[in-house]
Amino acid sequence: MTAPADQLTGAATELLGWYEQMAVIRGTEKAAQDLFLAGLVKGTTHLAAGQEAVAVGVSAALRADDYVFATYRGHHHAIARGASPEACLAELMSRATGLCKAKGGSMHLTKADAGMLGSYAIVGSHLPMAVGAAWSATLRGTDQVAVAFFGDGATNIGAFHEALNLAAVWRLPVVFVCENNLYMEYTPIASVTAVPNPAADRAPAYRLPAELIDGNDVVVVRDAAARAVDRARTGGGPTVVEARTYRHFGHSRTDPGTYRPAEEVREWLARDPLAVARDRLSRLGVPDDVVSTVDGRVAELVAAAVSAAKAAPPADPAEALTDVWADGGAQWRT
Amino acid sequence: MADVTATGGTITYREAVAEGIAREMRRDPTVVCLGEDIGAAEGVFKTTVGLFKEFGPRRVWDTPISEQAIVGAAMGAAMTGIRPVAEIMFSDFLACCWDYLANEIPKVRYMTGGQVTVPLVVRTANGGGLGFGAQHSQAVENWALAVPGLKVVAPSTPADVIGLMAASIRSDDPVVFFEHKGLFASKGPAAPEGHVVPLGAAAVVRPGADVTLVALASTVPVALRAAETVAAEGIDAEVVDLRCLVPLDMHTVLDSVGRTSRLVIVEENPYQGGWGATVASIVADEGFESLDAPVRRVAAACVPLPFADSLEQVVLPTADKVAAEVRRLAAY
Ligand SMILES: Cc1ncc(C[n+]2csc(CCOP(=O)(O)OP(=O)(O)O)c2C)c(N)n1
Ligand SMILES: [Mg+2]
Repeated sequence: MTAPADQLTGAATELLGWYEQMAVIRGTEKAAQDLFLAGLVKGTTHLAAGQEAVAVGVSAALRADDYVFATYRGHHHAIARGASPEACLAELMSRATGLCKAKGGSMHLTKADAGMLGSYAIVGSHLPMAVGAAWSATLRGTDQVAVAFFGDGATNIGAFHEALNLAAVWRLPVVFVCENNLYMEYTPIASVTAVPNPAADRAPAYRLPAELIDGNDVVVVRDAAARAVDRARTGGGPTVVEARTYRHFGHSRTDPGTYRPAEEVREWLARDPLAVARDRLSRLGVPDDVVSTVDGRVAELVAAAVSAAKAAPPADPAEALTDVWADGGAQWRT
Repeated sequence: MADVTATGGTITYREAVAEGIAREMRRDPTVVCLGEDIGAAEGVFKTTVGLFKEFGPRRVWDTPISEQAIVGAAMGAAMTGIRPVAEIMFSDFLACCWDYLANEIPKVRYMTGGQVTVPLVVRTANGGGLGFGAQHSQAVENWALAVPGLKVVAPSTPADVIGLMAASIRSDDPVVFFEHKGLFASKGPAAPEGHVVPLGAAAVVRPGADVTLVALASTVPVALRAAETVAAEGIDAEVVDLRCLVPLDMHTVLDSVGRTSRLVIVEENPYQGGWGATVASIVADEGFESLDAPVRRVAAACVPLPFADSLEQVVLPTADKVAAEVRRLAAY
């Protein structure tokens, strides 16, 4: 290593940190895909490779005590809020050490002690929850902010509209972040949505400010999120942020994504958020070998997470009958 | 709220709802109400009378007609330090936010491995008998019973409304609290300050030796009237008020059947998928040796609720229908 971190500018150091977080997410998602193909991950996965900048950029604008609600495509949000790749992969692999004791799986990664209050697999359902968490903050007299991350497809479900309206009427400290990856499952979002920008174009109907941003540039995301979070924290109410991005894998499992035009895929892969960040780092004068050192460290961390998750014991069958009620049990009758 | 002392120690079921909520709001500042028309308007059923006046707009929130946002926001608030009491005006409208009651609220604790709790109450006006037609009259307590992870409460008296409301709001688990529309005007003794009825404790409201009638909410007075009718004929019926479907107090039911050897279940939800089927199956399984006769269920007919009184009476359980079943069992 020829250029230690303490010789970098503040901006470069900050960006290098975000780059490292994004690389950890990318590595974990690739590992998740490999483990799925190897039959070690059951059920389904919805990988966020390609969308890392949204999670890391927004997270960088949040405080530790803020709240985050995500979707079934939520590995990046769990990791950005501090869940370890090992605990996430162990969850996917049904291990006792999983983030949710192997009771949630890929679609429900949650790290409540870091304010990451869940990943929800009913499209749009968590937007009202984020509104409720923001309402709770105002009731308790704190200045916490709640963020809901959701897909472009979620903007066509009723809960989205009920949530935006209630948040607007009560002027709550909530930020609605749409990760517009251009598809809802296999259908281009434009073909099923009345407006070109599914979230941003709906915001004016609720008199909410909206920003349409490049979701693959972590700096752009961070800056937009900082504005929205600051508005929320200082009593200015909700904001809609629509971040255009693209998923590198298919919708779920082994979906090859053949419904996406090759040219479109090529264009977006060229705008990989990691490449965009590397480009910015280089323009900030960060030497390549500093970035390579980070890449090496991340590769080791992910490899160690995979080994540890593989070596972890399977879920304890006794766990199936716990955690229904607050007393830890599942008893429903006398 | 009802001035309990001024009403000579009696209170209506309707007043008991507001009184029960108010008592909890006084003792715990994190209890907050939300719903349509519950604030200054004091509720379409007048079950929130006085709350807005006493606690103001920071504790009693009027919402838009957004059932998903109401219950979803209550969930988010419950996960972050508030004890919300959300009103869904008619229980039929639970279908509009069923995602939250079926998929979100009851599952989030489990699927996160116990990382979060959801201490909320969803109150709702349930049941028929008032001629509101098929979309404003259903008894849907069986919908809630079908979902593991919800506590299900349905009081039959004003005192129980207050005592069970206290237990429900203090519960760290989510509760669906069914207030019966047909009981709102009924009167009963007021509950003393601090009255709490624990969830999952059924009450033997009429002791008897010959047959057990298991009832809930509106069917408790129906069962009691039937018991009076057959008493004149020399049949001594015991009436058990379940009070809750979850936790389900089968201990009290099995104990009663152990003494009477005969069981009639009186439920307002449809026979098809009604809660009585769960009670009957447990009795068949664990109380088989006690039984001297088949188990009978008097439930609503499996049709939408009709509008006309005369038709509604055909569909709903009545004291006459219950008395007829009791006679058949006693003669078995
Ligand atoms: C209410 C509901 N309807 C349908 C589905 C099935 N489904 C799962 S993901 C998905 C697409 C969602 O698209 P989008 O909101 O754009 O999110 P993305 O997957 O692109 O991240 C659908 C239709 C669901 N989970 N929930
Ligand atoms: Mg999408």
